[in-house]
Amino acid sequence: MIRFLIRRVALGVLVMWLITVAVFGLFFVAPNNVARTLAGRQATPATIHLIEHRLGLDLPLWKQYTNFVGNALHGDLGFDYYHGVPVTQIIGQALPITLSLAIGAAVIWLLLGVFSGVLSAVRPRTFSDRSTTALALFFYSMPSFLLALLFLYFLYFRLTKAGFAIFPAGGYSGLTAGVGEWARHLILPWVALALLLAATYTRLTRGSMLDVLGEDYIRTARSKGLRERRVVLRHGLRSALTPVVTQFGIDLGQLVGGVVVTETVFSLPGLGKTAIDAINTQDLPVIIGIVIFASAAVVVANILVDIMYAVLDPRVRLH
Amino acid sequence: MSDVPPVGVGAGVDSATPSQGPAGGPGAETSTGIEGRSPWVLAWQRLRHDRVAMISLVVICLIGLVAIIAPLFASVTGHPPNQQYRGPGALSPEGLPAHPSSAFWLGTDDLGRDILVRIAYGSRISLLVGVVATGMTVAIGVVVGLAAGYLGGIVDTVLARLVDVVLSVPFLLVAVALVSITGASLTITILVIGFFSWASVARIVRGQVLSLREREFVEAARSLGASDRRIMFVDVLPNVLAPVIVYATLLIPVVIVVQATLSFLGLGLPPPTADWGGMISESVQYYTVAWWFVFFPGAALLITTLAFNLFGDGVRDAFDPRTDRLIGQK
Repeated sequence: MIRFLIRRVALGVLVMWLITVAVFGLFFVAPNNVARTLAGRQATPATIHLIEHRLGLDLPLWKQYTNFVGNALHGDLGFDYYHGVPVTQIIGQALPITLSLAIGAAVIWLLLGVFSGVLSAVRPRTFSDRSTTALALFFYSMPSFLLALLFLYFLYFRLTKAGFAIFPAGGYSGLTAGVGEWARHLILPWVALALLLAATYTRLTRGSMLDVLGEDYIRTARSKGLRERRVVLRHGLRSALTPVVTQFGIDLGQLVGGVVVTETVFSLPGLGKTAIDAINTQDLPVIIGIVIFASAAVVVANILVDIMYAVLDPRVRLH
Repeated sequence: MSDVPPVGVGAGVDSATPSQGPAGGPGAETSTGIEGRSPWVLAWQRLRHDRVAMISLVVICLIGLVAIIAPLFASVTGHPPNQQYRGPGALSPEGLPAHPSSAFWLGTDDLGRDILVRIAYGSRISLLVGVVATGMTVAIGVVVGLAAGYLGGIVDTVLARLVDVVLSVPFLLVAVALVSITGASLTITILVIGFFSWASVARIVRGQVLSLREREFVEAARSLGASDRRIMFVDVLPNVLAPVIVYATLLIPVVIVVQATLSFLGLGLPPPTADWGGMISESVQYYTVAWWFVFFPGAALLITTLAFNLFGDGVRDAFDPRTDRLIGQK
C-alpha cells in the first residue's frame, strides 16, 4: 500500500511537471505581445520595455519558467496582468463556486447513474430497462451547452413566463445568502451537468451488475434466505461498483470541461468562466494558474480514486 | 467519454496470413467446399441484421448527403449561406430573427440569414472535423500503442507515462486556452483534438498487443526473419483493428461535440462560416425570442451524435456480441 502510494504520487509529480512545462512553453511561444497590448495604442518602445520588465517578460525563458515553478511551489501563481490581483486570490474566489457546482453535480450524477443502472439490471430487458437505456443514450449524445440552453429555455424562460418563477436565469448566490437561495441558483446547472455524465454510469452499472448477479456467491446469498433487496444492495452492488469507481476517475478530467461550459451558460463566476474570461483578455497568468490548478486537482483526485478501489473491493491489492 | 472494452477478435483466426481488413467485406473470401468466414464477414452479417444500427447508418448517410449537396439548399431556397437579408420575412420589424416561413423554412438568425441553408453548410464542418480528427487520433494512437506494446522496455515505460500525462490533462480547458492563443481555424481544431485524444486509443492497442506479441504467429514471423516493423504493421496490426474500429466509431460523435463546444465558447471558425456550435452560440442571446434559432441547429447536432452513437453501439455489438449494449432487439 505504502509502495503503491509512493509510486502513484511520484507519477503525479511527473505529470504535473510535464504539464507546467507544456502549458508554460505553449503560452510563451504564442505570438501575442502582451506588453504591447497592455501599453495601449500610442505607447513608446520605452513604455513597452518598462512593462515587459515589470512583468518579467524580458528574462530568458528558462529563468521565467524556474521563477514560475519556484513561486508556484510557494503557493504564488503570479498576478493578473490587468489589475495586479494575485492569481491565487482569483482562484480562491472562484473555487467555492466551482466546487459547489462540481460536488453537487457529482452527487446527483452518481446517485442517478448507479440507481438507474441497478434498476435496469434487476429487471433486464423489460420496458423500464429499455427506456432507461434509451434515455441514457439520449443524454450521452447531448452536447453539454445544448442541454444547458434547453434547461434555460424550458425551465427558466417558459416556466417563468407561465407564472412559475422557480429557477433563476443564472448567476451565483453565496452560501451566506442562505442555503435555499444557493441551491435554487445551482439546481439547474447541477442537473444539466449530472444528466450528461450519469448516462455512462447507468450503462456501466447495469453491465457490471448483470455480471455480478450471475456469480455463485449471489446464488449462495439468495439460498441463505436473504431478502432480495439485501442481496442486490449489499452483496451485488459493492463489487459491481469497481468499474464505476474507475470511470469516475477517468471522468474527473471531463468534469472540468463540463464545468467550463455549464458555468459559461449559467453565468456562474467559477473557475471555468474565469478561465474563459481570462482567455478572452489574454490574461496569461490567470489562464496558466487555472489550468495548472485544475490539472493538479485532477491528478490528486485520481490518486484518491485509486485508493478508493482497495477500500471498495478487498480483492484488489495495490502494488 | 465511453470506455470501450478491448475486444478479442484474433482468437481462432489464422493470423499469420495477412487479415482481410475492413474493406474485405462479404464475399471477399471465396473458396470451394467449406467457406471460411473471417471475423470481418461475421461482424458485417451481424451488423446488417441490426435494425437500429442500420437505421442510424442511413441517417448518417443522409447527413453526409446534406453536406455534399449543401449548395443545392442554397440554390433551391435562393439564399447563399452568408447572405444577410433585411425587410419583412427575413427580420421582424424590431430587427429580431424571423419565424419559419415559406421563404425561410427554418426561420432566420439575428443577421437575417437562412438557418436551413446554414445548417446544411454547417454539417460539412461537423463531419469533416469528426472524421479527420478521429482518423488522426486513431493513427497516432495505433502507432504509439503498437510501439509501446510490441517493443516493450524503455519505449513502453516512456510511452505509457506519456499516455498517463495526456489522459490527466483537463482537455477542454487546455484546448480552449490553446486555440485562443494560436487563433481559431479548422486545422488547429483538428490538431488540438487529435493531440489530446490519442491516448485512450494507444492504451487499448497496447493492451491487445501485449498479449498478441507472445503468440505463435509472431514468433513464426520472427523466425522467418521479418523485421520488427513488418511484424508490427503486417502481423499484429490487423488483429487489433476490431477494437480500434469500434472505438473510432464511438469517438466520432465525441469529436463532433468537442468541435461544437469549442465553437460555442467562441473558438470555432471565424464568422461568417456556418457551423453548428457557432450558430447555437449566436442564438444564446435570442433564445427567449427566437426558439427556432436554438432548436434547429441543436437538433441537427443532436441527431448527428445520436446516429453515430447508435451505429457505434451496433458496430461494437457486431464485433463482440457478448458486450452490453444500450438499445436493440437482441
